[in-house]
Amino acid sequence: MEFSVPNILKNKIDELILHYPEKRSVTLMALHAFQEYYGYISNEAIEWIAQKLSLMPITVLELVTFYPMFSQEPLGKFHFKICRTLSCALKGSKNIYTFLCNKLGLDPHLHGRQTTADGRFTVEYVECLASCNTAPVLFLNEDFYENVTEESVAELLSLCEQKEGENE
Amino acid sequence: MINKDQLQNKEEIPMIDIKIDGKAISIPKTRPHSVTGKQEPTTIIQACSIAGVDIPHFCYHPRLPVSGNCRMCLIEYGIPAIDRDRKPILNPDGTPVIRKMPRPAIACFFNDTATTEIYTNTEAVKQYRQAVLEFLLINHPLDCPICDQAGDCKLQEYVHQYGQETSRFVEDKVIKPKKRAISSKIILDNERCVLCTRCVRFTREIIGIPALGILNRGGLNQISNYPGSDFEHNYTLNAVDLCPVGALTSRDFRFRMRSWFLSETKSICPGCATGCNIIIHSRDKQIYRLKPRENDNVNSVWMCDYGRLNYKWVNAQNRLTHVFAENTDGTQVESDWLSTLKKIISVLEKTPPKTTAILVSSRLSTEEIYLISKLAKRLDAFTDSISHLGEGDSFLLNKDLTPNSKAIQIFKLASKTPGDRIAEISKNIDEGKIRNLLVFGEDPIKSGIAPGILGRLDLFVICDILVNPSSKEAQYLLPGASFAEKQGTFINAQGRVQRFGKAFSPIGDARPEYWILANILTKITQESWPLTPEGIFNKITATTPGFENMTWELLGTVGMDIVSTANTTE
Repeated sequence: MEFSVPNILKNKIDELILHYPEKRSVTLMALHAFQEYYGYISNEAIEWIAQKLSLMPITVLELVTFYPMFSQEPLGKFHFKICRTLSCALKGSKNIYTFLCNKLGLDPHLHGRQTTADGRFTVEYVECLASCNTAPVLFLNEDFYENVTEESVAELLSLCEQKEGENE
Repeated sequence: MINKDQLQNKEEIPMIDIKIDGKAISIPKTRPHSVTGKQEPTTIIQACSIAGVDIPHFCYHPRLPVSGNCRMCLIEYGIPAIDRDRKPILNPDGTPVIRKMPRPAIACFFNDTATTEIYTNTEAVKQYRQAVLEFLLINHPLDCPICDQAGDCKLQEYVHQYGQETSRFVEDKVIKPKKRAISSKIILDNERCVLCTRCVRFTREIIGIPALGILNRGGLNQISNYPGSDFEHNYTLNAVDLCPVGALTSRDFRFRMRSWFLSETKSICPGCATGCNIIIHSRDKQIYRLKPRENDNVNSVWMCDYGRLNYKWVNAQNRLTHVFAENTDGTQVESDWLSTLKKIISVLEKTPPKTTAILVSSRLSTEEIYLISKLAKRLDAFTDSISHLGEGDSFLLNKDLTPNSKAIQIFKLASKTPGDRIAEISKNIDEGKIRNLLVFGEDPIKSGIAPGILGRLDLFVICDILVNPSSKEAQYLLPGASFAEKQGTFINAQGRVQRFGKAFSPIGDARPEYWILANILTKITQESWPLTPEGIFNKITATTPGFENMTWELLGTVGMDIVSTANTTE
């Protein structure tokens, strides 16, 4: 099946190309655009970008696998990013992470990003979110939460369920 | 690595005096870039190479762009000291004071022209090497006993030479993919990889196809092809040669032989008219692999996969290993050289002029082709050869898939378009004018001689390496020697005469064609012909224009160009 990219995304990338002296410089921005639009970067997307920028797919794949903010699998509807850099770690971000994983039926000992089987929640550790004075902190999708505790995380979870109910 | 002739020819390049480990040496200020050929300041590793000082390295390769990622080549260096007024500080005897710099530099990349002293064996350098090796071994599987690279492995050598005896590593090793078939010819083991990126740079810079890359980050770094697309190309196996460890292994060679059992013979690839310089790796009359050998005039350090894998026929099942002679009832029975040659000579001695045809393969050595030309002259024989054309490419593979068509032209055994006299020969056999047919290394029926008429010949000899469909028609079947079983020279498409060596004696009862020919010639010309390729070659140089300056010795390992092209262009 031919992979078709919607015009809005195509136009965005065409516009990006104009900003750089070389086409290959656009790779990273194009990946961001795809990640934003689809929520993940599929192999088809990698090949489409490679062709668009006259690169070999492997050079695009190198970037996708290098940066942790790109995902090759679809992410959950609710994406928890828990900081584990020094300040948050000292303030117990590991407990928050473990609590969240246990609540969602995920294995807190596994390495890397995890998504629940129903595809609703994704939990992962990230590096510093630049708010050490309010540690521990986390991102839920685009929203930032400070001084989180197990109670506030439980609240966040019920908020997610509520939001989901509203949308339906 | 560094071509000495190249150094001497570039007289305009200024020389600089440096000291390596206390030994003074003069080195050129610039060297040509590995890929572009543009003059660039000489790096420390190049200077050490000229001085004959060995610097351990993984990622550096003289034919690839510098990457500087392995840190194995760290050295210390010193520059002239200056005082506060930026004036040189001098010793009492007037020589400048040299200060060793506090931090090391990577020899493969560092080319500061102020450097006057290089230290490669200080205590600090030893520690750097030991530390780099310890890091490399952290995630290395240490599976040398089952690794094909053992014996050829740079990591193994350097750890033995510079590493520490025991490991301090107590954590778990990172698990990476093993036994990945990245192409139909190559298996990749990511755990053995030291991430030098030689293979990545090779695909990008030399063959121009970025087929390989590095995925992931930090400890999880791994070389990979793009999933679903194989790394297919006619030059991929060079990446296996480049790999300093056992991460890339050739599927053809994998687990067939330990490298230390193999003996190495300098040879020339018989796969096409380019004449890439190669090394035959063999044991017990069996070729296990071919590897490229450096020759800047021909193949640099590369060779194509077609040529590299084109050796199986030497040890093939249908190899001709005994002399056969036709019995009175028409069946072929095993015979011996002495009586067979005697019978062939007795026919050839008495045959009138213009009654013989000789079909010559352009896979024979120059010496053999020369002897055939002498035989043809003595018998006033018709001669022809056959072209074997393939597709060729723009890098090394020539579209002429035989190694010595040039010699056929030089000794005028065929026209510009070999094979155009076959029809005439066939017609003359049919009409009974040609009574004798000698075939060296070709299949006469496949070449175009009508099959039904071969029975009319008085003498029909086939000398070949493999049994072919025409073989059973021959009165005498003589087993010849392959390129690995004899010495000789090939003349490549550019007119370069190159020597190939003998890796092992011919299989079974086979004999080199030059031996057969010299024996026949000695009898029928009443002259004595040398029985060695060296003797025959030196006879060629005495009589053939363009070869005047050559001798067997002077050809050496890299060959010589034919001087005048007058005899080849006509």
